[in-house]
Amino acid sequence: MQKIIALLAGLLFGAGLAASDMNNPERVQGFLDLLNWDPSLMFVMMGALAIAMPGFYWVQKRQGKPFFAKQFFMPTKFDIDKDLILGASLFGMGWAIVGYCPGPAIASLAYAYEETLIFVIAMFAGAKVQHLISK
Amino acid sequence: MFESVSYIHVLGGGALIGLAALLLFAGIGRIAGICGIAFSLLAAPIRTQVWRVLFLLGLIAGAFLFHTISGQPAPAAPNNNLPLLIIGGLLVGFGTAMGNGCTSGHGICGISRFSPRSIVATLTFMVMAIITMFVVRHVLGWSI
Repeated sequence: MQKIIALLAGLLFGAGLAASDMNNPERVQGFLDLLNWDPSLMFVMMGALAIAMPGFYWVQKRQGKPFFAKQFFMPTKFDIDKDLILGASLFGMGWAIVGYCPGPAIASLAYAYEETLIFVIAMFAGAKVQHLISK
Repeated sequence: MFESVSYIHVLGGGALIGLAALLLFAGIGRIAGICGIAFSLLAAPIRTQVWRVLFLLGLIAGAFLFHTISGQPAPAAPNNNLPLLIIGGLLVGFGTAMGNGCTSGHGICGISRFSPRSIVATLTFMVMAIITMFVVRHVLGWSI
């Protein structure tokens, strides 16, 4: 059942990214360019939070555990530290210059562009380097 | 200037993303942070994390199925500039691994849980992305 839920959630997520045009790097870059602003992607965040915010609240309030697992796997870090700020900053820079964040980059492998594949390989390499130096 | 996009599609797509994140959380107790799910595969044997592989395959299949069923054309590829693709990919991978989250994990799940860490991270990457876009496109005048 866990596997079915994961697959289903992935399908919905991928369809949502495609439907909202988050998978379009030019659209994302237009959203980040305030001098030539394309505001449409603001509505992706609004749509997602309109569902997830009350949903997460309800789930945490009503349930001691998830429907098909023994426990919630919550993030274990709580402090706002240098790594969080530096990591988020570097991510923001990379996001702007190509127009892909991790979800759309992976989902866009569906379009079989070599540019997407190169970006995704570089992204995994960057994460691997970070894992190695943080050990 | 911009190719028009239906706001209903954008809002509906966002709602699907929110629903997916909620399903994963309520169903199996996991946060739908794409970078966390993807980069965990680098850190432990894949056979112990089949659900992550299925989620990521679903992500790709979901995008494919949307265009097939709706008839909407697939978006164009990013700018075909090899150094920028590689530098951008390295920055996104390194940065999201270091900051433990990206647009989905911090931006959607984290904000939905009112996590101060995620709110700070989301503001930081948004502001940094906007500054980078301004500097690269309008100060340096590069076409990205």
